[in-house]
Amino acid sequence: MIKKLAGSIRQYKKEGIMTPLFVALESVIEVLIPFFMAKLIDNGIEMGDMSYIIKMALWLLVLTVCAGTFGILAGKTATAGSAGFAKNLRSDMYNHIQTYSFSNIDKFSTTSLVTRLTSDVNNVQMAYQMLTRMAIRSPSMLIFSSVMAFSIDAKISMIFLIFVPLLCGGLMFITLKAHPKFKKVFRTYDDLNLVVQENVRGIRVVKTFNREENEEKKFKGISQTIYELFTSAEKIVAFNSPIMQFSMYSCTILICWLGANAIVASGNNAALGLTTGQLMSLLSYSGQILMSFMMVSMLFVMMTMARASGERICEVLDEQSDITSPENAVTEVKDGSIRFDYVDFSYSRNADKLCLDDIDLEIRSGETVGIIGATGSSKSTLVQLIPRLYDPVKGSVMVGGRDTREYDIKVLRDAVAMVLQKNVLFSGTIKENLRWGKADATDEEIRHVCDLACASEFIESFPEGYDTYIEQGGSNVSGGQKQRLCIARALLKKPKILILDDSTSAVDTKTDAMIRKAFREEIPDTTKLIIAQRISSVMDADKIIIMDDGKIMAFGSHEELMATSDVYREIYESQTNGGAADEQN
Amino acid sequence: MNRTDNKEMNKKMPPMDKNGKKPPEFAGKMPPRMRKPDKKTIIRLFSYMGQYKLKLFLVIACIVISAIASVASSLFTQSLIDDYIAPLLLQGTPDYGPLILALVKLAALYIAGILSQLFYSRIMCTVTQGVLKTIRDEMFTHMQTLPIKYFDAHSFGETMSHYTNDADTLRQMISQGVPQFVSSTITIVTVFFSMLSISIWLTLAVLVFVVFVFRMTGGIMKKSRTYFVKQQQSVADVNGYIEEMMNGQRVVKVFNYEDKAMEIFEEKNDELRHNMTVANGNSIIMMPLTNCAGYILYILMAVVGGAMGIAGVHNLSLSGANILTLGMIASFLQLSRSFLQPITQISNQLNSIIMALAGAERIFAMLDEKPETDEGYVTLVNAKYVDGVLTETEEKTRLWAWKHPHHDGTTTYTELKGDIRMFEVDFEYVKGKPVLHDISLYAKPGQKVAFVGATGAGKTTITNLINRFYDIADGKIRYDGININKIKKADLRRSLGIVLQDVNLFTGTVMENIRYGKLDATDEECINAAKLANADGFIRMLPQGYQTVISGDGEGLSQGQRQLISIARAAVADPPVMILDEATSSIDTRTEAIVQKGMDQLMEGRTVFVIAHRLSTVQNSNVIMVLDHGRIIERGTHEELIELGGTYSQLYSGVFELE
Repeated sequence: MIKKLAGSIRQYKKEGIMTPLFVALESVIEVLIPFFMAKLIDNGIEMGDMSYIIKMALWLLVLTVCAGTFGILAGKTATAGSAGFAKNLRSDMYNHIQTYSFSNIDKFSTTSLVTRLTSDVNNVQMAYQMLTRMAIRSPSMLIFSSVMAFSIDAKISMIFLIFVPLLCGGLMFITLKAHPKFKKVFRTYDDLNLVVQENVRGIRVVKTFNREENEEKKFKGISQTIYELFTSAEKIVAFNSPIMQFSMYSCTILICWLGANAIVASGNNAALGLTTGQLMSLLSYSGQILMSFMMVSMLFVMMTMARASGERICEVLDEQSDITSPENAVTEVKDGSIRFDYVDFSYSRNADKLCLDDIDLEIRSGETVGIIGATGSSKSTLVQLIPRLYDPVKGSVMVGGRDTREYDIKVLRDAVAMVLQKNVLFSGTIKENLRWGKADATDEEIRHVCDLACASEFIESFPEGYDTYIEQGGSNVSGGQKQRLCIARALLKKPKILILDDSTSAVDTKTDAMIRKAFREEIPDTTKLIIAQRISSVMDADKIIIMDDGKIMAFGSHEELMATSDVYREIYESQTNGGAADEQN
Repeated sequence: MNRTDNKEMNKKMPPMDKNGKKPPEFAGKMPPRMRKPDKKTIIRLFSYMGQYKLKLFLVIACIVISAIASVASSLFTQSLIDDYIAPLLLQGTPDYGPLILALVKLAALYIAGILSQLFYSRIMCTVTQGVLKTIRDEMFTHMQTLPIKYFDAHSFGETMSHYTNDADTLRQMISQGVPQFVSSTITIVTVFFSMLSISIWLTLAVLVFVVFVFRMTGGIMKKSRTYFVKQQQSVADVNGYIEEMMNGQRVVKVFNYEDKAMEIFEEKNDELRHNMTVANGNSIIMMPLTNCAGYILYILMAVVGGAMGIAGVHNLSLSGANILTLGMIASFLQLSRSFLQPITQISNQLNSIIMALAGAERIFAMLDEKPETDEGYVTLVNAKYVDGVLTETEEKTRLWAWKHPHHDGTTTYTELKGDIRMFEVDFEYVKGKPVLHDISLYAKPGQKVAFVGATGAGKTTITNLINRFYDIADGKIRYDGININKIKKADLRRSLGIVLQDVNLFTGTVMENIRYGKLDATDEECINAAKLANADGFIRMLPQGYQTVISGDGEGLSQGQRQLISIARAAVADPPVMILDEATSSIDTRTEAIVQKGMDQLMEGRTVFVIAHRLSTVQNSNVIMVLDHGRIIERGTHEELIELGGTYSQLYSGVFELE
């Protein structure tokens, strides 16, 4: 995991190395400063030597400036490095998510992806900053102090060794116990965010049904879980400093006792053994050893928390898209012909019921095909296989005479434009939104496709025209306007195949017919697949597919179906008699 | 063409600026308030800890004990040699007794210190998380009471960030900031008095210096604060973009937009990196700076004190006037270092404290939003006829009555029938932009009233007024003869079943989602509702049938299936009045016909409002209202309107004209 995460440091390696270096320099000076201070007091003030005081003061001043400079440098590089690391990490995750297939996206919920990209990256960033600042400093202080302590009196210094296993054991205990809890905490955070998200999005439903209390109960349940988990995790972590203190204090007492004995034995003679001065140094080194151990342990605790986040980040990075372009991919879609060759499909691998069952279908390039069928008859599923949003479980889908799995995905999706049923506009101007279809589209081209999609009229009625700002989710245009914008966006791609998944449901019949007329006249070579509820939307298509329960129930032209299909006739009659004309603007 | 006219008007809520451009999602709506956090915020934040008074008291006591233990530790090591080891060396047969006694005493103190450390850090966990939980719960509970207007004006991402970012910053501050603050204060106070006991003059000099240091750091903090504002904006910007893109990921795929999406993200992401580096870089140097200040103070004191000591200046201390000795200066120097250390530590925390207070301020701003007002006092109760008189009852009778207490102390009961009348209703979402003019209509029990009209004609607005998501500007709405402003909102909404055009399901099983309409519905009732909505068939085909867990955005279900579930959800509530707002727009016409038959059965004798742009959906209504620009321009039955030859008949025959 660390290796994976460290891969995101990249160009900020320099900062990652400089920080510990500066910190090391700063700490060296900080070790020197007390030395000079002691001299100043012992030889200057105690002796009443003013000139010595000034001399030492100047030395100290120089050192202070140096320490400050290195400290500032270390701080600057630490923040630059960690901010850069976080940036790369975000980019890496984000870019990797871009490679996800639809089924990958189905697997992670949107809220979970968002928390991973935000909160989790934050946690890792904090830990990284701490690491660069402490990683060199504390261990080197630890080693330096230990060497000094052992050189003074190896026997007494053995005491430290007794406490090492204790400390390590304590840290292990904390990490092992706390880590799974932190992991659970973060997972519960996902739940919390989900409840808030659903609640805010569905606030009208909540209010309509008076379900405020119910929602509160749900929320409070989760917030209680977070409270309990977090508290219990932190309570384990809270053992950290007491364990440290216990070791430190025990060492102090033991050193005092053993030291006193040793001094008495040696008669305070340096030649024979320990002296009082050495005992004092030993005590101060023991303080330093344990202090740096404490720092290391704090680092450890922080890592424990960051580890849970790190793992969640790695999950995102490790998720392999199950739809990728093959090697030597075909880079040209010849035409807009489509063929389903006995295709079976289901969303989950172990579903006992297939969403598409043995679909055998051939559509010639340039044809217009209407698809109708009952709610849940897998109309959308059928067309989603064409731009390879999912792969079939059995059989193959061919576009332009080749299996979709042979194409470079980008090429295929450029050739197949699809207007999704649940379509989304993004915050930005209308023009920006439309340019999704073609980044360098001229104003001319944009106007042209908007004409085709019957959108130019209403766009031009806005005071800002094509520069009108669309709110996130397109919430400031009506459903019908949104659909027409989405169609225009798709048309801008100049696709070989155009798929409209119930994309004119909010458009009135008249406009709907005009759009279809435009399709017929302006893009005759494009294969057009139109899913609709309205029979009038598909009636004039070259062929019509009637889907039922994942199967093709009937396939033919309007006339053929009228003659052969009872269901079709029934739909036709119910809609025309009852008002096939039933739309309005 | 009218699926979203409630959204249509929502757009007018957040005003766009002149060029029609709005700054990116968050940046515009969440001006990060990083100005000096005001005292009220701090006091209010601390009031949340009020419920832990006893615990906090214990915490402070424990911090004092553990501070004493560590002070005692350093005092003991200072006296170890002079008081214990030196005498041992002089004795012929060393008597370890005093040393052992001292060590045992020390050990006892240490144990007390360790235990109190453990104790207080564990209590602080409870306090921190407890406060956070209280705040979160309060936020959520309060959010439920906010009027729809609030949600129109605040983006989802913004609301979300109160629960995540803002709450997180608080966690750090409470769990680390507070104990550190206490222990630092204790240290500062003890050291301050120790310094005073040595020399008042020198102490004053130290104070002057400290004030100077504060001034300087204050200047830096001010500067870095402006960068924090920028950082906060970038964070919001990046998070908003992530949020939007993750939700639109499918469209990104379909359009091969990945590269462009990465490019834009890279730009925003790098800006965040830059602002973060500058902001944190500025604040992180506080520690080395105050550290330096500490050394400089030390040097100054050494020089000044040394000079004074050598000159033998008169001194004034807490213990009285005396001569400043060199030994005293040496101790004073040590103390002055310990004095600045906690100050350094606090300044190190300052950053996170400022961020936390800014977060708290945002949270409080939301908590201070005015909740939906409700002066209603007419309630809905179960009722039954006793000797021909309507009386209240505890039984679940399926007969409901409005309980209407009057000023004179009497209470009348009116049977709930679902008779809705509007009299000359005017309404505007934004001042000066009226959406409805002079709407009058009567919907008698058992009638089916339909609204048709173009986007923005005000169809959804009318229903929004009936359930009081918004309050009317002028005119009156009466429900069974009672002014709806007098009816308690909860009871009013309970009597209305509404299926909205945007289907919102909740993560949970299908059964739970249907039961949302009536919490005590039995499985059987839910299944019957599903059957009525013609959803039973496809639900049974799901992997676990009614127990299949669906996610909130209902991935895996088609739009039409989601609509069927939401109809079942409304049906199970069995309401006297039903509002169907484009409820069947994604359902194929055959299924719709079946659903409609079921609904007609269910709603027999009750009032139904239907909004649809598919005319076949509204055709069999008792009365069809054609709305245009907030006015009713035509009304009548299908046949009457066709005969009238007005807008409706044109709409109806539109398709034939074309063919």
